[in-house]
Amino acid sequence: MTADTILASLQLSMPEIILAVGALALLMIGVFSGERSGTTVTGLAVALLIISGLWLVLATGEGQAYGGAFISDPFARFMKVLALIGSITAMVMTVGHARSDQLDRFEFPVLIVLSTLGMLLMISANSLLSLYLALELQSLALYVVAAINRESLRSTEAGLKYFVLGALSSGMLLYGMSLVYGFTGQIGFQEIASALTAEGRSLGLVFGLVFILAGLAFKISAVPFHMWTPDVYEGAPTPVTAFFAAAPKVAAMAMLVRIVIDAFEPVVADWQQVIVFISIASMLLGSFAAIGQKNIKRLMAYSSIGHMGYALVGLAAGSMAGVRGVALYMLIYMVMTLGTFACILAMRRKEGGNVEDINDLAGLSSTNPFMATVLTVLMFSLAGIPPMAGFFAKYFVFMAAIEAHLYALAIIGVLSSVVGAYYYLRVIKVMWFDEPTGEFARTSGELKLVFGLSGLFVLGYILIGGPIGNAAEAAARTFF
Amino acid sequence: MTDWPILSAVTFLPLVGVALLLLTREDSPYGRRNILNVALLTTVFTFVLSLFIWIGFDYSNPGFQMTEKHEWLGTGISYHLGVDGISMLFVILSTFLMPFCVLASWNTIEKRLKAYMIAFLLLEVFMVGVFVSLDIVLFYVFFEAGLIPMFIIIGVWGGKDRVYASYKFFLYTLLGSVLMLLAIMAMYWQAGTTDITELLAYNFPAHMQTWLWLAFFASFAVKMPMWPVHTWLPDAHVQAPTAGSVILAGVLLKLGGYGFIRFSLAMFPLASDYFAPFVFTLSVIAIIYTSLVAMMQDDIKKLIAYSSVAHMGYVTMGIFAANAQGLQGAIFQMLSHGIVSGALFLCVGVVYDRLHTREISAYGGLVNNMPKYAVAFMLFTMANVGLPGTSGFVGEFMTLLGVFRANTWVALFATTGVILSAAYALWLYRRVIFGALEKESLKSLLDLSGREKLLLYPLGILTIFFGVYPSPVFDVTAASVDALLNQYSAALQAAQHSVALLAN
Repeated sequence: MTADTILASLQLSMPEIILAVGALALLMIGVFSGERSGTTVTGLAVALLIISGLWLVLATGEGQAYGGAFISDPFARFMKVLALIGSITAMVMTVGHARSDQLDRFEFPVLIVLSTLGMLLMISANSLLSLYLALELQSLALYVVAAINRESLRSTEAGLKYFVLGALSSGMLLYGMSLVYGFTGQIGFQEIASALTAEGRSLGLVFGLVFILAGLAFKISAVPFHMWTPDVYEGAPTPVTAFFAAAPKVAAMAMLVRIVIDAFEPVVADWQQVIVFISIASMLLGSFAAIGQKNIKRLMAYSSIGHMGYALVGLAAGSMAGVRGVALYMLIYMVMTLGTFACILAMRRKEGGNVEDINDLAGLSSTNPFMATVLTVLMFSLAGIPPMAGFFAKYFVFMAAIEAHLYALAIIGVLSSVVGAYYYLRVIKVMWFDEPTGEFARTSGELKLVFGLSGLFVLGYILIGGPIGNAAEAAARTFF
Repeated sequence: MTDWPILSAVTFLPLVGVALLLLTREDSPYGRRNILNVALLTTVFTFVLSLFIWIGFDYSNPGFQMTEKHEWLGTGISYHLGVDGISMLFVILSTFLMPFCVLASWNTIEKRLKAYMIAFLLLEVFMVGVFVSLDIVLFYVFFEAGLIPMFIIIGVWGGKDRVYASYKFFLYTLLGSVLMLLAIMAMYWQAGTTDITELLAYNFPAHMQTWLWLAFFASFAVKMPMWPVHTWLPDAHVQAPTAGSVILAGVLLKLGGYGFIRFSLAMFPLASDYFAPFVFTLSVIAIIYTSLVAMMQDDIKKLIAYSSVAHMGYVTMGIFAANAQGLQGAIFQMLSHGIVSGALFLCVGVVYDRLHTREISAYGGLVNNMPKYAVAFMLFTMANVGLPGTSGFVGEFMTLLGVFRANTWVALFATTGVILSAAYALWLYRRVIFGALEKESLKSLLDLSGREKLLLYPLGILTIFFGVYPSPVFDVTAASVDALLNQYSAALQAAQHSVALLAN
């Protein structure tokens, strides 16, 4: 490698380098200024993520770096912006809750920055090796974050469960990768694709492909690798759950899209049936299992399983329209989820702290009309009712499925969205039709800002949807 | 007239009212009055503005008028508005009924009046939007969005079983609609556009028409509602507040009929022809079965709800008879039913406000102390039965005439529905109005107040006016209906021709 190519590589990966160096610096600051530096470090971490994001949008070019292990393209940029926004928002939401959930130690923001770094690298990974390293960087940080509240049994349990199952999935992923390497002799995505043909593919490669998909399905919490989701969502401190639900899913989905569309493009038929199955199973489980939930965090866990199923509908189509649908879906899903979790964080009684039961929202429309309206809009959006953004998210993925003649997938998908509407309606019913049982404490400004903005986005999508759709289309065109 | 966007203005004007309502405070001394005045003025002004659509309407033009088109959301979806003879009067009907809804809620809504009025104004936006949309995705957006305010209206301000009724209403209609959404997507990939004007000109292949027709049918049959998917309607009607019932019966049910005419009949002529006997069967069952069910009800609102299902049976029958009489009659029947059933629900509201019960057995002998009410109720009951001289007669007669040309047996069975409707409606009237005034609770009831007169008299005048002189409606619809039917029969002939060619 010459000095020129190294320089070019550094330039392409500048946002990641900023985060890596910054995270180490933050660690230093934290260590030297002691236990009380949590708030300062959080602030600096947010600033760091913003700088990295600005660099990404304004000054990053396109191309491959580090001998093809790293790629920067419009798709990566779109997804990275989403992941950064998700991380920043989740970090902002922790501010008011730092004390009560033991999140006020400086390790927390550092870990979030490190896992965000992992996400950016995942999105840009262009070979099996860099993909695995990035994924582990992100996951290891997340395991610790899940268990960050040492004094809470549930949090520790969540962290342990997440770690054990996550390690298992990483093992499967690694095994799949070794099979793929064994049968193609390549680790770069483009090289794998050129070594493969639909007719000449061997059974061992199919095994490898299935193992890789299983490992990645775990990361996006798709059925049948979803078991950790409800427990981790419920057990982890709520701001952490908000973080888990948004940015890591975006990164994992982006990685899944890149690996199947880029590396396994010649064997579409093989992975398509797997994705179709995962998608149908996730949509059905997400809508039926959520019906009985009483805890709103568990409800959101099943809802996220279902939503990953819908996003996969677009991927199953394997077309330009499909990838555009996935990109758009992840964007809209992330906004809706962050907004909803901001509302959940605002469910704090004047005495007795945070509550998580759906019935605690009773009569919210008379005690706090603003929050009730926003949460109602978000729920209708999650259910996919127009004119909210959630409808258009579903519209574009199902559109791709119809184009690819995946009629059974589309019909099962829309029917399960009707079942899903039932439990979103239940939240709305509790807020509007039931009598109030008690008031929540005043909502802090940053939470109001987050759910206000997300409600505004969801409602305003009908006005701003054009440019956003164009951006998603540009991102999708990377692969076609 | 066409150089300013009148349709957008009419559609979104209620949002101005919503914005003003958000500025009012409900707990201030004049809060209630302010909210009511803002809502009433908004709806009246919207109605007056919508009349300009009628004034500027070109009767001889069978195509779409006052169109507006803008890029929207990319990927082929456009913001395209316009009206033709089929949709224009539904716009007027929607804006016309809204002031009545506000007036009907004047004293009866005690809690959260502001949210109530906002829900109604949003509902108006979505209803008008459905009728003026010329892009099928835009149509779907408005069509589905209307569920949200109605869900809230039934659920918050409804009766005892409101939660059950609101869920049933929402999920039933959503289930039907999502299949239509998939059909819309399939149409996009086939025809390459979501523009209704272009889709109307496109000939879908015959096998595809069958599936698309069924998917649209799933949505519109639930919305209409047709037997056997009508069961959400009685529940929703009984639990909804009076104004909610008025809008439900007056406008929301018409979305199904409008959809049948605009999409099923016009875009899938081969499938419509193929499935016509199926629709006739369901319509006749609806007319006879739900009329019999209506006879057995103890709840006034439920009885009127079932009678609505029966009357919508005439509409579906008329539409799929696919001739000028049937189609014109179906449109007229929908408009007339919008006024008459709306008025009947207002009539129920009048006594419900006084006695807070809808049990038929709780009433009797009201003619003695409420003579004006008895007259008004009589008029609308007769219109519901289809007595000549009321608007109900014209619609029923035309649809029967149309279906007689298509299938005599269907006409024969459907006509028995007229007799049955006379039976349940007159029996209801006798039990509520006539008889001796024996019940203590009824003796102190006062006759119609000024507000109630303002509600019922204009509707009564319209009922008689259109019963005697229906041509203002037919003049509007004639050109568009003829054009639609010409295209329909041309498509059928072309298909027959190609079958004949294949046979040779």
